[in-house]
Amino acid sequence: MTLPLIVAKSLRQHLLSTVVTAASIALAGGLLMAVWVVKTQSNDAFTKQNAGFDAVLGARSAKLQLVLNAIFHLEASPGNLPWTDYEDIAKNAAVALALPIAVGDNYRGYRLVGTTTNLFSVEHAPGRKYRVAEGEEFAAGYMEAVLGSFAARQLKLKVGDKFHPYHGLNFDEKQKHEELYVVTGILEPSNTPADRVIWIPLEGIQNMKGHDAKSAAEISAVLVKLKNPIAGRGLELMYNKQGNRLTFAWPIAQVVAELFGKIAWFDKVLELVAWLVAAVATGSVLASIYNSMNERRRDIAILRALGARAHTIFLAVVLECAAIAVLGMIAAFAVYLGITGVAAHIIRTETGVVLNAFAWHPILAWAPAAMIGLSALAGVIPAVKAYRTNVAENLVPVS
Amino acid sequence: MPLLEICQLKKSYVTPDGGTLVVVDVPEFKLEAQTQVALSGESGSGKTTFLNLIAGILAPDTGSIRLNGLELAGLRESARDRVRATTIGYIFQTFNLLQGYTALENVLLGMSFGPGADREFAKTLLKRVGLDAKLNHLPRQLSTGQQQRVAVARALANRPKLVLADEPTGNLDHTNAGESLKLIREACRENGAALLLVSHDREVLAQFESVQELGKLNRAAK
Repeated sequence: MTLPLIVAKSLRQHLLSTVVTAASIALAGGLLMAVWVVKTQSNDAFTKQNAGFDAVLGARSAKLQLVLNAIFHLEASPGNLPWTDYEDIAKNAAVALALPIAVGDNYRGYRLVGTTTNLFSVEHAPGRKYRVAEGEEFAAGYMEAVLGSFAARQLKLKVGDKFHPYHGLNFDEKQKHEELYVVTGILEPSNTPADRVIWIPLEGIQNMKGHDAKSAAEISAVLVKLKNPIAGRGLELMYNKQGNRLTFAWPIAQVVAELFGKIAWFDKVLELVAWLVAAVATGSVLASIYNSMNERRRDIAILRALGARAHTIFLAVVLECAAIAVLGMIAAFAVYLGITGVAAHIIRTETGVVLNAFAWHPILAWAPAAMIGLSALAGVIPAVKAYRTNVAENLVPVS
Repeated sequence: MPLLEICQLKKSYVTPDGGTLVVVDVPEFKLEAQTQVALSGESGSGKTTFLNLIAGILAPDTGSIRLNGLELAGLRESARDRVRATTIGYIFQTFNLLQGYTALENVLLGMSFGPGADREFAKTLLKRVGLDAKLNHLPRQLSTGQQQRVAVARALANRPKLVLADEPTGNLDHTNAGESLKLIREACRENGAALLLVSHDREVLAQFESVQELGKLNRAAK
């Protein structure tokens, strides 16, 4: 009872420095947790994200570019491939489903992707298909569109609304197409990149006025679902090793993992910065308490005169530092949610990949433990000073 | 057996020029249990050092301090702390109340390191010194006389066998000093504690049946 009282009183007596120091711990702890969670969740989300497909077939290019373009709807298309390539792979015995896609247009920055109604039979997660939540599927050959849930929300489009597509993958008001599309449906949220896409019939992209006439018989890529994922080995050999016209990107997770492998150094830099900030914050606990030791000497002497042992005073100072860290880490969760929320929003807007700030991660336990432990450790130095306080000298003047 | 028995007690300090300054040199001093003795001492007579040695706040260079049958001089600092927490109450001239703590909390702290916090007893003590309406007041919200009374209650909080009082009325006006001294003496008597008080105030000293001159007791006194 006595120790908590002493600690609580001291925190209150030095309220301003307590608040400032706890705030620095909150910022550092929040940043530390956010860096880890965003890093690991985005790594997991991207490498586990295949939107329901095992592989992508496209024009000869880097596998990563192909996957980013066809699955994540980022980057430019590496080129087109003839319709016959789609027909060939669709007939392959190892293939369960082949979905041709064509890109090249957008509506206010959101990509239009032409495909077939087979899209709606793809399971993007076990037992979960791309289902139209409002309205109905588009009909092949018509100027109809089904919007991903995120795109519909951001564009404020609803069933029955009409829009003109714009040429290119980036929005340019001068590139408006004449065709007028009607929104027939909005997809149920899938938490995949498909949520930020405007899906239209394949022929729509192929025959859009102003597009190259030969593109009417071409597609941008084929999304492939295999009967057995291991069968991708044979197709990879066939397309990548024996031919030089097409690229078969398989398995998707490995391709994306290579991207994260390439930017691993950036992760390390972020981690280092986060740890440095944490070290500076715990250093601020030390500085704050140490600098206040002179004004505490009298109180310490009085407590000692009342019978408090030196190690009790030592423990009180260490506990006070730990208590500041506890207060800071409670606030750190708000900082963490703020940073992660902003990061998740940006990542979702840019990629369609969803991060969950409320998902459990071990860092949420060991970052507070580490910060509290480090702060308590930082408290040892002022605690030693408190331990050595000369009682008689600081109590009353010697007469 | 006396409650307090001092023999050949010496305490010295190293001066800035490297010399040695003997502050306390008391060949013999005894105090019986439940008695009240005043020590008269002028500034520089070593009275605070003498009380701090008895309280175990300072360790002597040589000599013996036997309190309640226990030899303090040979004890480690933590053991002396324990003796102070359980056996001794200390009233300072400047009261030395903790400014961030209420009157009740100050008294509770007086017992926390010894027998343990007893909220009811703390309230009883504050009531005894007339502060039952000021339990939750901070020292700065109390008058000087009231602060002194909190200090008296705190000194008795650990049910001490010995209360040391260092110029306890030095910061009080004439009226308050008289009342305060009366209160200290009565409260010690009621709680069965011996009182060793040092003062240079003749009016204070005149209240005591037993007065010893620290200047004669302490061979190091100036």
